[in-house]
Amino acid sequence: MLNYSLKRLASAIPTLLILITVAFFLIRIAPGGPFDSEKGLPAEIEANLEAKYQLDDPLVIQYFRYLGDIARFDFGPSFHYRDWTVNQLIAQGAPVSFTLGGIALILAFVVGTLIGVWAALKQNSLSDYLTMSVAMIGISIPNFVAAPLLILLFAIALGWLPAGGWDGSIQRMVLPAIALSLPMIAYVARITRGSMIEVLHSSFIRTARAKGMPEHEVLLRHALKPALLPVISYLGPAAAAILTGSVVIERIFTIPGIGSHFVQGALNRDYTLVMGVVIFYGVLIIALNYLVDLLYAWLDPRIRYDR
Amino acid sequence: MTARAAETEATERQLDIFEQAMDKRTVKGRSLYVDAWHRLKRNKAAVAGVAILLFIIILVTFGPMLNPWDHEIPDWDNYSTPPSLETGHVMGTDALGRDLFERVMVGGRISLLVGIIATLVSLFIGVAYGAVAGYLGGRVDNWMMRAVDAIYALPFMFFVILLMVVFGRNIFLIFVAIGAVNWLDMARIVRGQTLSLKNKDFIEAARVSGATEWHIISRHIIPNLLGVVVVYVSLTIPQVILVESFLSFLGLGVQEPLTSWGALVNEGAQELETAPWSLLFPATFLAATLFAFNFLGDGLRDALDPRDR
Repeated sequence: MLNYSLKRLASAIPTLLILITVAFFLIRIAPGGPFDSEKGLPAEIEANLEAKYQLDDPLVIQYFRYLGDIARFDFGPSFHYRDWTVNQLIAQGAPVSFTLGGIALILAFVVGTLIGVWAALKQNSLSDYLTMSVAMIGISIPNFVAAPLLILLFAIALGWLPAGGWDGSIQRMVLPAIALSLPMIAYVARITRGSMIEVLHSSFIRTARAKGMPEHEVLLRHALKPALLPVISYLGPAAAAILTGSVVIERIFTIPGIGSHFVQGALNRDYTLVMGVVIFYGVLIIALNYLVDLLYAWLDPRIRYDR
Repeated sequence: MTARAAETEATERQLDIFEQAMDKRTVKGRSLYVDAWHRLKRNKAAVAGVAILLFIIILVTFGPMLNPWDHEIPDWDNYSTPPSLETGHVMGTDALGRDLFERVMVGGRISLLVGIIATLVSLFIGVAYGAVAGYLGGRVDNWMMRAVDAIYALPFMFFVILLMVVFGRNIFLIFVAIGAVNWLDMARIVRGQTLSLKNKDFIEAARVSGATEWHIISRHIIPNLLGVVVVYVSLTIPQVILVESFLSFLGLGVQEPLTSWGALVNEGAQELETAPWSLLFPATFLAATLFAFNFLGDGLRDALDPRDR
C-alpha cells in the first residue's frame, strides 16, 4: 500500500510538468502582450517594462526561471493588477472559491446518493423512472443555463434570494451552490442507482436477508459501502467539473473567486496570473485524484496495488 | 461451492441444447446489430430522443427558409419585443431588434455542426491511437497509454480556453481544439476492446491465412469496434455541444454575426430582467438537444453493450 502510494505520487510529477510546460508556451505564443493598450506604448517604455519583468530574455530561459520560481512557491507579480502578486490574488480568491465549491460538492454527493439509493430501492417503479428522467434533465441542462434560470425564478420573479454578489452570508451562497451542483447531483444519483441495484442483486445481500437481518441493517451495513465505490471514483471528475463550472458560475453571480481570474487573465495576457490559476487548479485536481485512488484501495480490499 | 458450480454447469448444458434446437429451427440468425436495433426500438426514452432530434434538425435546417427575417439585419421597429404573431417575430427580438427565431435556428446549425465535426475529429484520433496501442501491445502500448493517463489528469477545459485565446476565435479551430482534447476516452475504450479482440480465434485464423497487419486492423478489428464507437459517438456529441456553448458563453467561441446556442444563452442572461424570452428559447433548445442525445446514447449503450446481455 505504501509502495503503491509512493509510486502513484511519483507519477503525478510528470503530469504536473506537462501541465506547466504546455500552459506556459501556449500563453506565450498567443499574439499580443500584457502591456498592449489602445493607444500603444512608446517602444522605449515597452522595452523598459519588459526588462523590468524580465520578459526580454529568450523564452526558454524565462521558462526555466519560472520553474525555479514556482519551486519556491513564488508565482510572480500580476501584470494586470499592478500592485498585486499572483500569490496574493490566489490567497484572496481561494477561500471564496473553496467555500462555494465545497458546499456544491457536499450537496452533490449527499443529495445525489440519497436520490440514487431511493430510486434503486424502488427499481422499475414509476417514481424510479420519474426521478431518473429528472436526473437526465439535470445532466442535460448545463450550469451556465441553469444559473440564469434560477436567478430569473428565485431572484427576479419570486424575490426570495439575492441575484449575485458575495459577502459570506448563506443567502448569497444558495443559488450559486445549487447551480454548480445540479448536474453533479444528477450524475451521482445515476451512478448510485446503477451500482446499488447491482449490489442488491448480489449473493451476500441475499444471504444477509436470508439470515433474517432487518432490511435497514442490510442496506446500511452491507449494501451501502460497496455501492458507494463507483461514486467515490467520480469524486475526481466531479472536482474538475466544479473547478471549470466555477469559471462561469463566479462570473454569472459576480463572485470574487479564482475562477473569474482565469478567463480574464487569459484575455489580458496576464501571463503570471493565468499560469498561477492553471497550476493551482492542476495541483488540486491531481491531488484529489490521488486521494481518490488511495481511498479506493483502502475501501475495496479486493484491489491490491503492490505489484 | 462445488455444488453451485455443478448446478450452473448443468443449466449451461441445458441452455446449449436449447440453443442448438433453436438454431435448427430458425433459418437465419439475427446479427448483433439487428438484435440491438430491436432492443433500441423498444426503449421509449431513446425513441423519444430520436424524435426530438429529428424535429430539431428539420426545424434548424428548414426553419430559416420559411422565416422572412435575417439573423443579422435588425427590424428597426421592434427592439426587444416579446414573442408575438402580430409583429411576425414568433420568438420575439433581441436588444438590437434581430429576430430571435432566426438567430436560434442559425445558432442551432452551428451548435450541431460543431458537435458532429468535433466528435468526428476526436473519433478519428481516438480510434487510430487506441487501435494501434491495443494491437501492438507490449511496451509501445504501455508508453502510449501512460501518455494518455498523463494528459487525462489535466484540467482540459483550461487548455481549450487557452487554445481559443491563443489562436483567435476561429470556428474551425473550435472543431479541432475540442476534438483534439476529447479523444482520450475514445482511445482508452478502443484500446481495451482491441486488446480483448486480438486474441480471439478469428484473428488468429486471419493471421495464419497470411493476412497483413493492416488488413487485420482495417477488416477485422475496426468493424468489431463499431458498436462501442457508435455508443461513444452518441454520448460525445452532446458533450462537445456543451463545451462549445460553454466557450461561446464566455465569449470565446463563435463570433458575431454568427451565433450559437451558447452565445445566445449568454446574451439572454444579460437581458434577463427586461427580455426573459431571449434566455428561455435558446436555453430550451440547447437543453432539449442535450437531453435527446443523452437518452439516445443511453439507449444505444443498453442495446449494444455486450456486458449487459
